[in-house]
Amino acid sequence: MTQFSDTRLAEVRQIIDRYPEGKQKSALIPVLHMAQEDFSGWLSPETMDYVASLLQLEPIEVYEVATFYSMFNTQPVGSHVFEVCHTGPCMLRGSDDIIGYIKGKLGIGVGETTADGLFTLKTVECLGACGYAPMMQLGKHYREHLTPEKVDAIIEECRQSVA
Amino acid sequence: MGRKLLLEKAHIPGIRSYEVYRREGGYASVEKALRMAPADVVEEVKKSGLRGRGGAGFPTGMKWSFLAKPEGVPRYLVCNADESEPGTFKDRYLMEFIPHLLIEGLIAASWALGSNRTYIYIRGEYAWIVDILEQAIAEANANGWLGKNILGTGFDCQIYVQRGAGAYICGEETALIESLEGKRGNPRIKPPFPAVKGLWDCPTVVNNVETLAAVVPILNIGGEEYAKIGVGRSTGTKLISACGNINKPGVYEIDMNISVEEFIYSDEYCGGIAHGKRLKACIPGGSSVPILPANLLLKTAKGETRMMHYEGLADGGFATGSMMGSGGFIILDEDQCIVRHTLTLARFYRHESCGQCSPCREGTGWMEKILNKIEYGKGQLSDIDLLWDIQRKIEGNTICPLGDAAAWPVAAAIRHFRDEFEWHVKNPEESQQRNFGLAHYADALTTV
Amino acid sequence: MADEIKMLKVTIDNITIEVPQGTTILQAARQIGGEVAPPAMCYYTKLKGSGGKCRTCLVEVSKGSEADPRPMPKLVASCRTGVMDGMEVKNITSGKVTDARNGVVEFLLLNHPLDCPVCDQAGECHLQDLSYSHGKEGTRYEFKRRTFEKHDLGPYIQLHMTRCILCYRCVFVADQVTGKRVHGVLSRGDHAEIATHIEQSLDNDFIGNVIDVCPVGALTDKTFRFKNRVWFTKPVDAHRDCPNCKGKVTLWQRGDEVLRVTGRKDQWGEVEDWICNTCRFEKKHVNDWVIEGPTKIDRHSVISQGHYTGLDKPKETFSAVHGGRAPKLLMDIHSVSEVNRPGIALSEIQGPATSDTFNIDKQA
Repeated sequence: MTQFSDTRLAEVRQIIDRYPEGKQKSALIPVLHMAQEDFSGWLSPETMDYVASLLQLEPIEVYEVATFYSMFNTQPVGSHVFEVCHTGPCMLRGSDDIIGYIKGKLGIGVGETTADGLFTLKTVECLGACGYAPMMQLGKHYREHLTPEKVDAIIEECRQSVA
Repeated sequence: MGRKLLLEKAHIPGIRSYEVYRREGGYASVEKALRMAPADVVEEVKKSGLRGRGGAGFPTGMKWSFLAKPEGVPRYLVCNADESEPGTFKDRYLMEFIPHLLIEGLIAASWALGSNRTYIYIRGEYAWIVDILEQAIAEANANGWLGKNILGTGFDCQIYVQRGAGAYICGEETALIESLEGKRGNPRIKPPFPAVKGLWDCPTVVNNVETLAAVVPILNIGGEEYAKIGVGRSTGTKLISACGNINKPGVYEIDMNISVEEFIYSDEYCGGIAHGKRLKACIPGGSSVPILPANLLLKTAKGETRMMHYEGLADGGFATGSMMGSGGFIILDEDQCIVRHTLTLARFYRHESCGQCSPCREGTGWMEKILNKIEYGKGQLSDIDLLWDIQRKIEGNTICPLGDAAAWPVAAAIRHFRDEFEWHVKNPEESQQRNFGLAHYADALTTV
Repeated sequence: MADEIKMLKVTIDNITIEVPQGTTILQAARQIGGEVAPPAMCYYTKLKGSGGKCRTCLVEVSKGSEADPRPMPKLVASCRTGVMDGMEVKNITSGKVTDARNGVVEFLLLNHPLDCPVCDQAGECHLQDLSYSHGKEGTRYEFKRRTFEKHDLGPYIQLHMTRCILCYRCVFVADQVTGKRVHGVLSRGDHAEIATHIEQSLDNDFIGNVIDVCPVGALTDKTFRFKNRVWFTKPVDAHRDCPNCKGKVTLWQRGDEVLRVTGRKDQWGEVEDWICNTCRFEKKHVNDWVIEGPTKIDRHSVISQGHYTGLDKPKETFSAVHGGRAPKLLMDIHSVSEVNRPGIALSEIQGPATSDTFNIDKQA
C-alpha cells in the first residue's frame, strides 16, 4: 500500500510548516519528490492520489503538477536513470557522441529501459553544468566531463550497487 | 587582475562552513544592515547601481522601492535559484562553494524589505545543493542570524529552500511564484506585478542568487564605492559562466571593464579556444540572447573594442550586438555547425514552453521542426524565410519573455549566418558529412 | 465621495468613450461594438482569471494615458489590460495588430484538424469565424499535425482534444461553477492537454457548461452528437421552472423536436446564465419548456439563416444619407415580377418568405 513511513510523515509536516496557515498546497512539489524517491522512482496514479489526500487537494491538482515538471516520472523507470543533457553547450562538447555511446553500450534507445530493468536512458535539456560538459544526472548527483571510459565506469558502478 | 567581490574568498578551504566563513569576516553586512533603517539599506542598494543579475538587468534598488507595503499584509522575498538558461551555471557555483554569502545577502535583503519568511526557489536538479544550503541555514540559525529577534532588533526571519522539479519557465518570476504555490509553472499575466501581488497575492520581490549575494559587498564597502567599480551603468562585478569550446570553462568574476577579447583569450579567464582552433561565434549572455559572429563579437560595428558590460555587449542593438543577459558565455569554435546549434536551442525552448499562450506553444515546435529539416538535409530556401517570419510573429506577442527567448536565437542565427543555412539547403549531402566552417566572419587570428 | 467611480476617457480606433475605472480595453471596445471589438478566444467575462492566453485580442496602445503618454512597447492583451484615462488604443487601425493577429490565427490553426465537416461546432465555432476573418487560404505547416488519444468524459460530454486551443475556459468553469474539478490541463508545452488523467466522467450538476464556453469543438454535447448541423436548427428562447438553475435556455429545434439545449448567449458568444445538466441534457421535449420566441441571432452568423428577427432597420432614410438624393432604381422590380406585390414590404415579413406570403388575395 502506498503510505509514507512515520519519519517521512513528520518530514511532510515540517515542510507544510514552512508556509503560512492554509497554504499547504505549496508543499506539493517537495512531497512529490519524496513520493517519487520512496515509491519505486515514479508517480503512479495511486501515489498521486495518496499525495492529494495528504495535502487535502483534489487529485487533478496533483496530476496537473506532476505532468508539468520534467523531473517527475509518470511512467515506471529503471533503477538507474541516465539523464544526459543534449542542449547547445553540451552538444558543442560532444554530448551527441556520449548519447550514442550509451545507446550502443546498453542496447537501448532514448526513453527506453533495459530488459533487466536496471537502466533507463533519457535525454534532458540544460541542467546548468555547461562548463563541465558533457554531463548527465544520475540520481541526486551530476556526472560531469563524461568520456566513454567514464560512462563504462558509471555503468559498472550501477551494476555493483544493485548486486 | 580584476577586483573580486563575490568569489574573493570562494577558494579558502572550508569556506562552506560557518566557522571559516565567519572568521573571514562573514555576516558583517548583516550586523551593519540591522543597525540601519530598512529604507536606508534600500537606498544603499540604489546608490550601488546594482542591476539584476538574472538576465533582465533591471536596477535592483528600484525594484525594491516598488514593493508595496500595505498595513497588516506580509511581504515576501524570494530568491530565484532556478538557474536554467543554457550556458549559465554561475549561481550553482556560488551556492555550492560559498553558500553563506547567499544566506548573508538574503538576511540583509529580508531586513530591507521586511520579509519574515524568505524562500530560495532552487531548480530541482540541483538536489545536492539543497543540502548545502539547508546546512548553511541551520548554521545561521544556530548562531543567531536567523530565527526570532535577530541581534536583538525584534526582527524575525526564516529562510526556506524550495526545490523545483524541472522547468526552465520557473525562472520567470511569476511562474516561479506559481510553482512555489504548488501549481504548474504558468507565468501570470502582468499587471499586477509581484511587487503588488506576488506570492499568495502578497507583495513580493524576486531576485536572482547573484543579485542577492552582491548585496553583501555593497553593504560592506558602501553603495557609492561599489558603483565606482565597472563602467557607467554597469556597476560592480559580474559572474560570467564560460562554456563551449574554450580551454578553461568555468565561472569567472569580472569587473565590468574588460574587453571581450581579453576575456576569451587571456589565461586569467577562458584561456583561448580549445585545441588551438579559431573562434567562430559566441552567445555572450545565455542561450536566448543573439549569437554574434567572431568579427562582431570582438569589435563593434563601429570598429571599437567590444567590452564585457551591459552597454558594451548591447552595442549595435540586435542588428550587430547582443546582450549581457545572465552571463552565460557560450563559445563556438570553427568546427561547430550553426544550424545544429540553433536546432538544439529551438528544441530546448519547445521543450520548456509552458503551453499557455498560442504563439509560444505552437511557434516553438514549428521552428524546431523546420530547423530539424534543414539540419538533416531536407530543407528548402523558403524555409529560411519562413523561420524568420515565425520568430517575428512570436517575438513580443507572448505572455512572458520565453517567446522572445525562443525567437531571438533563431533570428540572430539567420541574421548573421544566413549563408550557412543556405549552404545546408543547397548541399544536403555534404552538410551531413562536414560543417560549413568559418567563412568570412572569422576573427583575425588573435595574439592576446 | 470615496465610493464614487471615476470615469476614464479612452479612444479606440479613433472613437472616444467614457468607461468606469477598472474597465478593460476589451470591454470598452465591446461597448463601442462592431469591428472595433477585438476577437477573444480565451477571455470569458463570467470566468474570473480567464483571458490573456490566446493572444487574439492583442491591441496596440499608442498612448498610455494622459499622465504618461508614452506608448506601450509591446502589443497588449486587451482582455487583461485596464483602461487608463486618456489612453489611445489601435485595434483594426493598426497594421502591427493585424499582422500579429494573423500570426496568432495561423498558430491556433497549426495543429487544428480542420475537420469542420464532421464537427458539431461548425457554424457556431469562434475559431472558424476567426479563420474566415484573419486566416490564410492555405497552411504553411507541412508536418504531421498533433493528435491526442481520445478520453471519455462520461455520458454527456465529448472531448476532442485534437481540436482544443487550450483556452482554459472549461478549467475555470469547473473551478468556479461546479466547485469540484476532476479535469484539468496535463503535461506542458505543445503536449499540454485537457484531460482527467485517469479516465473519469465529469458528472457535476453544472459541468455541462463547459460545452457552452468551449470556443471550438473540443467539448461538445453527446446528446446532440451528429444529430444535425446547427444552421439547420432553429433557436428559440425558452424557460422552465428549474430547482437548480434559472432555467432560462435556448432550445435548438428542428420542427417540434428539441435537438439541443444550451445557455442563452449574447452577441459575444457568452452565456447569460449557467444552466444545469438536467435542463441541458434531459429536457428534450417541447412540453418541458415555455417557449418565449425566436432567439435573436446576429445576422452575420451562419445560424441566422431563415431567421429574420432582430434585424435592425437603418434609422436614416436613403435620401438623408445621400444628401437629399432619392434612390434611383434602374428597374422597378414590380414591372417584371408577378410575385412580389408592391403592397407588401419585405422587411415586414415574419420568418422565411414563401410564395404564399405575397398572395394578398389568399391572406385576405
